[in-house]
Amino acid sequence: MANAQDHPIKKVMIICAKANLEDVYAALVMANGAVMEGIEAKVFFTFFGLDAITKKQMKKLHTATVGNPGLRMPGGLPFPTILGMLPGVEAGVSAMMKSQMEKIDIPPVDEYFELITAGGGEIYACKLAVEMFGLKKEDFSEHVKDIITIGQFYELAAGEGTQIIFV
Amino acid sequence: MAEKVYAGKAVSVTDDGYLTDPNQWTKEIAIEIAKEEGIELTDKHFAVIEFIREKTLKGEVLTIRTIGKSGMVDTKGFYELFPGAPLKKASRIAGIAKPSSCV
Repeated sequence: MANAQDHPIKKVMIICAKANLEDVYAALVMANGAVMEGIEAKVFFTFFGLDAITKKQMKKLHTATVGNPGLRMPGGLPFPTILGMLPGVEAGVSAMMKSQMEKIDIPPVDEYFELITAGGGEIYACKLAVEMFGLKKEDFSEHVKDIITIGQFYELAAGEGTQIIFV
Repeated sequence: MAEKVYAGKAVSVTDDGYLTDPNQWTKEIAIEIAKEEGIELTDKHFAVIEFIREKTLKGEVLTIRTIGKSGMVDTKGFYELFPGAPLKKASRIAGIAKPSSCV
């Protein structure tokens, strides 16, 4: 473990490019976990990941019920793709996942941002994607610090002990 | 595991510096551990530490989220009291085990 002390991780730069509930949560758990350990954390949302930080969509994130081989019925049987196509099923499955997470004390997305920013973590939106989707600063959650370019992202990443993680 | 002397009292600690027996804890020990963490304890710190001790010794698993919602201190205030890694630092100062939560 000598190495761990010689070269600790000082900063994580996490990029989230997807809007699936589980991908967004992967980014949030990692960012919050870093902040909890005293590691600087910045999360950069791009492309479909922008859903996680727009006021309109952030509370409505879903997990895919089609094309998701890891999804199973309660009890462990495979989840039939044809069932996943039916209206309302994806919303139902997503609601179930969210209630399951609440049970083990995983906060909803907006509250997670509160935890991360309260600890000094920073949330950014990708300028290119924001322009592509025709979004404006006011469309985003109050927790979004700024809309930045990829160049600015790398500037923020500067320093020894930084890790860049793509979700 | 190792022995350490805090405030003139020998206590056993883990490799990470957490007390192995929360009953060995005293306020004086807390003040010295806090100094190692670079924290000068105030009444507010003690209120949070005693809250954490009480809940943990009752068997509850505390997270930064549950502490932030407890009414004792909000999340931001908790980070301000124990800068860097609040749950770890507060647990260490409170003489309880290293936290094992992911949230």
